[in-house]
Amino acid sequence: MGGKKTERAELRSPRELRGIIETVLRLAKSAGAPETEVHVDEVADALTRFANNGIHQNVFEHGVTVSIRTATGGRTARATTNRLDEDSLRAAIEASLSLAHSEPPDPRLLPMPGKQRYRAVRRFIRGTAALTPEDRARAVRLACDLAARKRQMAAGIFSSGQSQTAVGNSRGLFATYCETHSQFSVTMQEDPAASWAKADSADVREIYPQKLAERASRKAHLAVKTQELAPGRYTVTLEPAAVLDLVGFMFYDFAATAVQDKRSCLNNRMGKQLFGKNINIGDDVYHPLQKGAPFDGEGMPRQKVLLVDRGVPKNLVYSRASAKMARRKPTGHGFALPNEYGEAPMNLVLSGGDSSVEKMVASTNRGLLVTRLWYIREVDPYEKVMTGMTRDGLFLVENGRVTGAVRNLRFNQSLIEMLGKVELMSPSIRATGEESFEMVVPAMKVRDFHFSEVTKF
Amino acid sequence: MWDLCTNALDTAKLRGASYGDVRAMHLRQRDLTTKNGQVGTLAQSESIGIGVRVLANGAWGFASTDRLTREGVAACAAQAVSIAKASALAKRSNVVLAPEKSYVDSWQSPFRKDPFEIPLETQLALLLAADGEMRKVKGVTLTETSMQFRKIDSWLASSIGSQIHQRKVISGCGIGATSFQGGEIQKRSYPNSFGGQHALEGYELVDSLELLKHAPVIADEAAALHAAAQCPEKFGTVILAGNQLGLQIHESIGHPIELDRVLGQEANFAGTSFLTLDQFNKLKYASRIVNVVADARLDHGRGLGTFAYDDEGVPAQCTAIIKDGKFCGYLSSRETAHLIGLERSSGTMRTESWNRLPIIRMTNVSLLPGTWDYGDLIADTSDAILMDTNRSWSIDDRRYQFQFSTEIGWEIRGGKIVRMLKNPSYSGITTEFWNSCDAICKFDHWTLWGTPNCGKGQPMQTMGTGHGAAPARFRNVRIGTAFSKQ
Repeated sequence: MGGKKTERAELRSPRELRGIIETVLRLAKSAGAPETEVHVDEVADALTRFANNGIHQNVFEHGVTVSIRTATGGRTARATTNRLDEDSLRAAIEASLSLAHSEPPDPRLLPMPGKQRYRAVRRFIRGTAALTPEDRARAVRLACDLAARKRQMAAGIFSSGQSQTAVGNSRGLFATYCETHSQFSVTMQEDPAASWAKADSADVREIYPQKLAERASRKAHLAVKTQELAPGRYTVTLEPAAVLDLVGFMFYDFAATAVQDKRSCLNNRMGKQLFGKNINIGDDVYHPLQKGAPFDGEGMPRQKVLLVDRGVPKNLVYSRASAKMARRKPTGHGFALPNEYGEAPMNLVLSGGDSSVEKMVASTNRGLLVTRLWYIREVDPYEKVMTGMTRDGLFLVENGRVTGAVRNLRFNQSLIEMLGKVELMSPSIRATGEESFEMVVPAMKVRDFHFSEVTKF
Repeated sequence: MWDLCTNALDTAKLRGASYGDVRAMHLRQRDLTTKNGQVGTLAQSESIGIGVRVLANGAWGFASTDRLTREGVAACAAQAVSIAKASALAKRSNVVLAPEKSYVDSWQSPFRKDPFEIPLETQLALLLAADGEMRKVKGVTLTETSMQFRKIDSWLASSIGSQIHQRKVISGCGIGATSFQGGEIQKRSYPNSFGGQHALEGYELVDSLELLKHAPVIADEAAALHAAAQCPEKFGTVILAGNQLGLQIHESIGHPIELDRVLGQEANFAGTSFLTLDQFNKLKYASRIVNVVADARLDHGRGLGTFAYDDEGVPAQCTAIIKDGKFCGYLSSRETAHLIGLERSSGTMRTESWNRLPIIRMTNVSLLPGTWDYGDLIADTSDAILMDTNRSWSIDDRRYQFQFSTEIGWEIRGGKIVRMLKNPSYSGITTEFWNSCDAICKFDHWTLWGTPNCGKGQPMQTMGTGHGAAPARFRNVRIGTAFSKQ
């Protein structure tokens, strides 16, 4: 892959990013800002979208933003612009100062952090950055041709891109990070059914569009004839995308600020046996299947944090402010200031087991195989009851094998209860869905999963 | 700005584009929040750039850039053409656009007070005062307030000769009180959840909301909910407050009428629709008293879906969606309209920003007012649950089966509101639900609610939509499933 340079956008060099930051710091000093922090973010992304067996949207964007936070006398505020000329940067600095002057001082506001040391991560793959619209069109064409041969309709995306971020401040902190990203997602429709497959990687060579299309095609065909199943509690095998989209809703509960605000499901539950003993969850930006910058919104280096140890919530993640309040050390998970949410683990890794989807199905007398979940929302924030629908392939399992497809069901399920009823797990993979950001999770076999209603298809 | 737009169009034509439109946009935003008596977010942003959409070899291409020089926009236009030619490698058929006139116009949304001219100290003082009122209430453990203001300038030029400048000023404001007690989290928001009310208005919106008056009320309710009775699980009558009914309209009418969904263009992400083409002008969507329109005109109100022209240069229109209960209209674009035999786009192509492609979006999809006085409606109801302010919302990918829960419920017995209920929820099938509507309140109780966070498209775009609604009554609805212990 990688031919014509019709779309390649050269990102600025690290030296150029540092130059922008130094310019802002110089201008801010002239404007009388006692402390200044600068974020520079640059993105060059492309996305080819297809439906009804043809490309119908095809887009490219390239942009850079400069976000400036000044702090003075316990007051801080942020102004962001995408204009890089000195007059515009000066105007953004003045806007930040003006905003900050308008608020009452907060004695808890910490001085900006000084220089930090970062662990290197390499997630920039030249082949991904060089992908062209022609490359993507050819892969899409193959998926559409497969669909046509099978009398199906293909819809989906093939995206690729590169981004970089840098943060620096007037106390000498400077950090920079760049990565590439690629995704292929495909829905195969065989009236009245559909199924779906998706992959996400920094390295486009690890994405196999044709295999994903074939998988979705096979499952769509299997799902054409459905029967209606009564709602109730079923043993389910959740494919990794379904696990991700559910468990992903817990990420903010592990924020120290959420617990301090008493809006986390972990209020009064830290250190207790909340989940099954087979549940271990960590946050690890350095995991080989993870992506993202190794520093947070203030430029603090991200730490690897064990959040749940054998079913017991053990640790939270902390920004500098929430760490000071809790008399802990910051873990490098803070959002860019000022904000009211504090921090969150953005690189969850849920440890897996040695089973597989096939083994889970084979060990099930009567249950359901779930491809994907949809429109998940929180019903009860403390018991962590989530509602949502199955989508794109819900299959009945009887006596250890898939015997047919069933109509989609609505669930109302507590995640706390669910993670206490996990019977089997596959090895963890980098999962990608549509409800949560990408994480590393396994497939799971869960007993007594609660479905409350059935839909029409 | 027009020179840059023209330059991009010229380049696109030179490179082989058969059609092109160029959107330059300048977006300015201010965000203020407080939490527990302290300022949370205090931020201002601006973004300016240009997006070029072209047809070449019968297929679409789009590119955007923030390099606002002649060279920058020319390169962007050339890139859009080359992407379109790549699209043609896997096109299914040539794109054909429904005819549309060209327009040269300039329009500004009306407002009385420019929110960017109101001193920040005034805005923060109001939020902190409302925050303080809520914190006075015993049992409240978290207080939050927010204001958001946006000013958006857009310049659209197209190869059919349109040159349209629009300026929109949008304001939003809301407050919330949360109470954690005895293993339960309860929350009340005003005037709506998820940031409150949002509209195509100036700071007069904030003035009209009377935050200080409502802050202690919702704080009291948040704390009181812990001791309230649990909403029962049963089939029964539901009265939806306007803010909840707005979201019900959004999810179970607004999305399924999007023609790109119906035609399968959103099958991979946002989903499709049960409103297949064979249902057009046939389906009994709702009871006879239900009339729904998609109306982007200023006459309808200053909603998040109000404009003069959509983002492909089609004038704002009012489209009947449901007339006397019968389904009769889709939201369409120039590309999709003719595919179902319509002569013209309904003018619903909208884009979040200069770096996003316009896609079919809701405008103001509103339930027209009925005839009932609110007091009479309550007095006429012997046994029901009044549900107010959304807490969770979910619907399947064809928009049949939904489940909503609200922050608070009120039991109605013998024509009177008798007690508070906690954890109310209801669920159903879209057409069954709308056919069970037997009373809608009149215009005096009608509000054009703003939904600021509607996500759709790949790459994802967030768009504001409007939904006019007055309280309405629905019979034989499934209640309480979300919190079922079964």
